Amino acid sequence: MRERTNWPVTILIALGSLLILIPLYISISIALKNPQELAESALSFPLNFHWENFTKAIEVTNFFSAFKNSAIITIFTLVFTLLSNSLVAYGVARNMHRKLFRNLYYYFVSALFIPFPIIMLPIVKQTSALGLNNPVGLILLYVVYGMAMNIFIYVGYIRSIPIELEEAAIVDGCSTWGVFWRVIFPLLTPINATVGILTCLWAWNDFLLPLVILSDSADATLPLVQYVFQTEFGADYNLAFASYLMAMAPMVIIYLFAQKWIIGGVVKGAIK
Amino acid sequence: MKSDQLILNNPQSSPADSAKSKKKKMNERMTAYYLMVIPAAVLFFAFHTFPAIQGIYYSFTNWNGMNLDYDFVGLKNYINLFKDTSVRDSYIFTFKFAIFAGILVNIISLAIAIGLNAKIKGRNFFRAVYFLPNILSVLIVGFIFNYVFTNIIPNLGEKYHIEFLTKNILGNADFAWIGILIVFVWQSCAFNIILYLSGLQTVPNELYEASGLDGANRWQQFWKITFPVIAPFFTINMVLAMKNSLMVFDQIVAMTGGGPGTATTSISYLIYTGGLAGGEFAFQSANGVIYFIVIMIISVFQLKVLQKREMDM
Repeated sequence: MRERTNWPVTILIALGSLLILIPLYISISIALKNPQELAESALSFPLNFHWENFTKAIEVTNFFSAFKNSAIITIFTLVFTLLSNSLVAYGVARNMHRKLFRNLYYYFVSALFIPFPIIMLPIVKQTSALGLNNPVGLILLYVVYGMAMNIFIYVGYIRSIPIELEEAAIVDGCSTWGVFWRVIFPLLTPINATVGILTCLWAWNDFLLPLVILSDSADATLPLVQYVFQTEFGADYNLAFASYLMAMAPMVIIYLFAQKWIIGGVVKGAIK
Repeated sequence: MKSDQLILNNPQSSPADSAKSKKKKMNERMTAYYLMVIPAAVLFFAFHTFPAIQGIYYSFTNWNGMNLDYDFVGLKNYINLFKDTSVRDSYIFTFKFAIFAGILVNIISLAIAIGLNAKIKGRNFFRAVYFLPNILSVLIVGFIFNYVFTNIIPNLGEKYHIEFLTKNILGNADFAWIGILIVFVWQSCAFNIILYLSGLQTVPNELYEASGLDGANRWQQFWKITFPVIAPFFTINMVLAMKNSLMVFDQIVAMTGGGPGTATTSISYLIYTGGLAGGEFAFQSANGVIYFIVIMIISVFQLKVLQKREMDM
């Protein structure tokens, strides 16, 4: 029995999706207009494309500098998170029958319940005392704080990998490190994708941690720049929206190409 | 030392010299495992646990965050917390917000997920559209909606003479929280829709066909077949939505700055402004401790209650 397309539901879903798309359309429309056109109507389709809003926004916010900061922080966070968190999880997962390792597992994972605000005030003092109130410190904090969630995700996955694979490698004379890098790490690719996607989204879009940790305005990330330049944008909404769009564009472009993959990865991380 | 003991416990019945080399190998492996785990645990303690302990420590002092010296004041900060109206208001706002957000996000997400799971045209396209808000910066989405609420909606209200739309909702102390709620729901649904959808896809189709033959209607099918299967997803989504909404921060920075007055000051926003700029470092540390305890209680309670319900079904 083959079902026919359910048109009433299709129409409802299509209408609902307008609620997502209209604010984004408005953003693009405002970014492409000049103040006069915006005053006439924000919703109308932009007739003349004022690309100069974008060039001006690049100048005013020093976009490329912020973009570079965000990209560096995201990439280093991603690389260090994948390499270190999977390694820690492997050490934990293969020794869960030992008390010390099991307790460490619960120690890392229980941090998921600790709200950031209780750490926020002391960590600001601590990072500035250690000279870590810069991108290096921020990357370190992302890698360390990510462990709570990532170890939970990795350990579940590693424990499902049959240990016989490792024993064969050990018989062949592989050290424990060799076993991890040559046997286990390649097998982690699907779950690395999940952790990688979640880490990128977090590091790229996060606002609170850069806000409290970074002390030098030259280090500001893209979301932080949007906040810092609010007063400078003033009533020039065209400029502001051009700047917002540019800050969101890299993730949206990646999403357009890897949409299936990203959704799949995020779901896997949540269900585990 | 620990590894030695474990090896002794290991029932190995091989000759003595081979056992010796095995023991050496085992020691090497355990050393490697310790080297993998211990540095991470130290870092985690230094940058997560230690600050948390410091927060608790400072909550018993009167430090303003800048002076070199401070005194111990015992429980004074905690006693003052319960008397402080701005703290009380922030808890009322945050909980009102979290309860509405938790309910709305779950109802809307489930409804949309059921729609996406039906036999519709362009399912993959719509799935991608509904997930899109999840990849956008919360702060920037807040800025965009700030403009929508302050300019676009009042303009539409004037154009079509709809009285209640002409005022900026974010400028109204009684309704500003609804504006923040709308933005929060708009963005949070993305993730929960996808989760519910993957839950719905685990419901076997045969169940629907069988119950259809038995004469069950749609509503009965939902409560008797669909809901029990997706109950675990309901638990995850409820906990996630509540946790995120109790932490609401970015939207408030982008849309109201806690105002008008203190009408939309959430707990985390109060800790940030009071603790870092307002010279209330110790006082807001105490607030953070209470906040932590509250979140712990809610999380445990939610998991217990919701899991029990899953079992009952």
